[in-house]
Amino acid sequence: MALALQTFPTVKDANAALQTAGTRYLGGGTLVIRAANEGDVSVSGLVRSTDPALSAIAIAGGKVRIGASVSMAAIARHPDLGALAKAARAVGGPAIRNMATVGGNLFAPAPYGDFAVALLALDATVGTEDGELPIEIFLAKRDGSRAIVTAVSFTLPKDDSFRFLKVSRVKPKGVSVLSIAAVLERVADGTVSSARIALGCMADRPVRAKAAEKALLGKSLDRDGIAAALAAVTEGIAPITDPIASAWYRAEVLPVHLGRLLLS
Amino acid sequence: MAKVPVQFTLNGSEKAEFIDSGTTLLNALRDKIGDTSPKGGCHQGTCGACSVIIDGELRLSCLTLAETCNRAAITTTSGLAEGGVLHPLQRAFLDTFATQCGFCTPGMIMAAKVLLDHTPDPSRDEVVEALSGNICRCTGYEPIIQAVLTAARANSQNAA
Ligand SMILES: Cc1cc2nc3c(=O)[nH]c(=O)nc-3n(C[C@H](O)[C@H](O)[C@H](O)COP(=O)(O)OP(=O)(O)OC[C@H]3O[C@@H](n4cnc5c(N)ncnc54)[C@H](O)[C@@H]3O)c2cc1C
Ligand code: FES
Ligand code: FES
Repeated sequence: MALALQTFPTVKDANAALQTAGTRYLGGGTLVIRAANEGDVSVSGLVRSTDPALSAIAIAGGKVRIGASVSMAAIARHPDLGALAKAARAVGGPAIRNMATVGGNLFAPAPYGDFAVALLALDATVGTEDGELPIEIFLAKRDGSRAIVTAVSFTLPKDDSFRFLKVSRVKPKGVSVLSIAAVLERVADGTVSSARIALGCMADRPVRAKAAEKALLGKSLDRDGIAAALAAVTEGIAPITDPIASAWYRAEVLPVHLGRLLLS
Repeated sequence: MAKVPVQFTLNGSEKAEFIDSGTTLLNALRDKIGDTSPKGGCHQGTCGACSVIIDGELRLSCLTLAETCNRAAITTTSGLAEGGVLHPLQRAFLDTFATQCGFCTPGMIMAAKVLLDHTPDPSRDEVVEALSGNICRCTGYEPIIQAVLTAARANSQNAA
């Protein structure tokens, strides 16, 4: 089914057009055009903005701002975003990565949203014309969101503090069984002083593993130190079931993979 | 349905068309312009048969709207042979029996072309990674990987 597209130079005008019922924003199109090709009649029109700020990456004083239209491939090859390259490269194959945007990834239902998992661990903020929201709140409310996301912003993680793992059955580009991102800060004796852990496929959208985060505080990253976190990581999760894996399987293997990530 | 003007270069030739807004690039190329080298396999982004190169980047024409390609440079497999002489990748696919039904072949060749444009002498792992968005149901992949490595070797010999 063909869908009329309206293109606007400014986000403001695109936002106004997006308020029409049935209209969706067009990012890279990897989900929304696919839905249209599959006959999803809930989409009757598309809107996009060509504002250059949407395609910009700005890094200054350890703060990063990535425009919503920036592709996973652009993040993966950016010389100053090496820490995040693994998470960006986790999204689909080469052509998908050239098209998939950061903005679109925030809306991607599980098993997708691997980069959003990384952004949740990084405590990013999500920007719209109305201001900025912490990513956790944004993700919780995303279904009712009618505003164009303009950018995500976060503090660049310190060397070695950011870790990311995507588990898939088909290598190198299969869909996630699960994904995990963690930002772990440690004091001089190696014990954990702060931890943020985000999980993909453990709900319909990325979620925090708050009990596991708490269980890591003051602990060292060795087998004994992480045991309580592994035991706590399945608290409050509701994994998805899809052709890749059942909810039961995902819950069973989550502690195994978190253990590998924490010990790596 | 509103018609929109779209201009781009396709394999080096200027194209100017009026197309229905919302038409995918795959449909515009095949049905309107008559370049049937990109294939429609899944229309879902999973098979890679529709892969084309847009401004130097590999993209899926089934998930790209034609009107977003205004002023772009698009390359499809039908643009690779020059003066009746096959491109080294096309030659290598034939020579190593890397094609059976041939449906996946144009997408494979586009993915391989982008790889070789940036990495003339790739490792086997780099070839596997570059082709990871493309599905082939016939060849079992090994002949395709060999074809890309063969074309890379042919290129480096020509360059030497
Ligand atoms: C074959 C295939 C493999 C994939 N593999 C993965 C994978 O491994 N990991 C993964 O995470 N994802 C994967 N995806 C899903 C998808 O490609 C990514 O999640 C991508 O980041 C979505 O971004 P997009 O720009 O293409 O979204 P679009 O399809 O353009 O948009 C998706 C939704 O988000 C909304 N939206 C997009 N941008 C904005 C914005 N700026 N403001 C407001 N709303 C917006 C759209 O209206 C739409 O509802 C895959 C998809 C395919 C087809
Ligand atoms: S037809 Fe485009 S990816 Fe299959
Ligand atoms: S040769 Fe038939 S699908 Fe690849």
